Amino acid sequence: MDYFAQQLINGLVLGSIYGLIAIGYTMVYGIVGMINFAHGDVFMIGGFIALITFLILVSLGLTAIPVILLVVLLVAMAITALYGWTIERIAYRPLRHSFRLAPMLSAIGMSFVLTNYSQVAQGARVKPIPPFITGGYTLHESADGFVIQLSNIQIMVVITTIVLLALFTWLVSRTRLGRDMRACEQDQTMAALLGVDVDRTISMTFVIGAALAAVAGLMYLLYYGLVDFFMGFVAGIKAFTAAVLGGIGSLPGAMLGGLAIGLIETFWSAYFSVEYKDVAAFSILIVVLIFMPTGLLGRPEVEKV
Amino acid sequence: MSGDTILNVERLTMRFGGIVAVQDLSFAAERKKITALIGPNGAGKTTVFNCITGFYKPSGGAIRLSHDDGRTIALEKLNDFRIAKQAKVARTFQNIRLFPGMTALENLMVAQHNALMRASGLTFLGLIGAPGYRDAEKRAIDLATDWLRRVNLLDRADDAAGNFAYGDQRRLEIARAMCTEPALLCLDEPAAGLNARESAALSELLLSIRKELGTSILLIEHDMSVVMEISDHIVVMDHGVKIAQGSPQEVRDDPKVIAAYLGTDEDEAAAVMESGS
Repeated sequence: MDYFAQQLINGLVLGSIYGLIAIGYTMVYGIVGMINFAHGDVFMIGGFIALITFLILVSLGLTAIPVILLVVLLVAMAITALYGWTIERIAYRPLRHSFRLAPMLSAIGMSFVLTNYSQVAQGARVKPIPPFITGGYTLHESADGFVIQLSNIQIMVVITTIVLLALFTWLVSRTRLGRDMRACEQDQTMAALLGVDVDRTISMTFVIGAALAAVAGLMYLLYYGLVDFFMGFVAGIKAFTAAVLGGIGSLPGAMLGGLAIGLIETFWSAYFSVEYKDVAAFSILIVVLIFMPTGLLGRPEVEKV
Repeated sequence: MSGDTILNVERLTMRFGGIVAVQDLSFAAERKKITALIGPNGAGKTTVFNCITGFYKPSGGAIRLSHDDGRTIALEKLNDFRIAKQAKVARTFQNIRLFPGMTALENLMVAQHNALMRASGLTFLGLIGAPGYRDAEKRAIDLATDWLRRVNLLDRADDAAGNFAYGDQRRLEIARAMCTEPALLCLDEPAAGLNARESAALSELLLSIRKELGTSILLIEHDMSVVMEISDHIVVMDHGVKIAQGSPQEVRDDPKVIAAYLGTDEDEAAAVMESGS
């Protein structure tokens, strides 16, 4: 039981990170109907920018951890958002009215560009940082000595995710920008006729998705204590899977899918084998899609007559 | 004439490959008046609308919109969101194009994008809730509420637009177009699929828009009872060219119109024209 509880905590934390990335996939799919394969690499870029900002702040002699975290968070979000904007501008927008596969191929190309650019610029080796959020709580200690740990960094990841999710839900459901985004999602032509600048709204979607991916990158850096140029690939595929599992296009679905993938992976590693954790996650995706083709929370697409 | 003309279409031509959909069409719509564009199916009416609202780039000719303040805008050079933003032209479609997953109120709020955008200082002020933006948002909600009241949908403000009955969706679509505060409102078959009572209510709504708000209206319509009742001026098209124009009375009595509009079947022509009187 204690072991189960510990794995539940680990799974939720991992799932939160996947969920944050998955939102970027699902938002872009919702508004432009394409899979942004470069999104996983945007997450990786976010991790690197967080690392670089962190090192700069430390070398400047800053020691107050909350200040460092806040600055790193804001800088990583801002610069990664700029990456998101630029990617859309140069790789997707010129192909928007091209054939359906063109932006997807362009996205795969963009993914390679970002991966290799990071490898060239930052080197191929794993970049570690010393753990600087330490400590935690012992929730329970059983008779045979097994301890359920809840570390501060885990608490931070989950709280940050909840806060961002709340903010983001508010943005989409209550603000002008959110209304415009939903309008563009349903009928771009009509939205344009009502005066909505569709291109700008799509850019903002990429900016927000990238900013959330940057937060995920920072969380990953803090949680695992390292980044490398290839981490965007696997995390991206997992988050994409999460978005599909939850029902692509659905925001709560992306978060739910992220948590599901995180939990499946963690429990499989804990009870069966670590080597086959990805097999387990993807097998469950296949089973879910066979019985629920639109994912857990997705709505079937209604053909427009 | 040119002093109170809002829309001037001059020698408009639209070709698709070898097909000429609209040829050398010239007509004018007067300010604060209702102008109807009628003609048999395939006459090119919707093509004219698509040229006016930036969907098609005309193969030739000019479309001039003159605003109250004397500005003249070349509509054939604008497209996309600029039609609503700069030219202040709004349109509806033959098939309803509401945002079905959004509430009625939200549909009307999207239409006020430009007013809100100006107040929100490129999004940022809006997100932090600056006072100027809050006022603008309050005004936007007031305007939307006012329109929901006019089209009798106030009690359903928070229902998803996709769940509305057909006739309600039609009225909501007009309300949404009006929320962009247009100078020229283009309606593509607003009475299509409405029953007699709903058509009468539509006529009343359009007349009140013209009278109370002074919005100029250009409409395509097949329902002759609506056209004859509300139009100040009618332009008749067939096979991409204008075959007649004038007041409802003049057009109704024009033999060319009767012949062209309904083929050569005189009985059918007479029957439909009767229904308009």
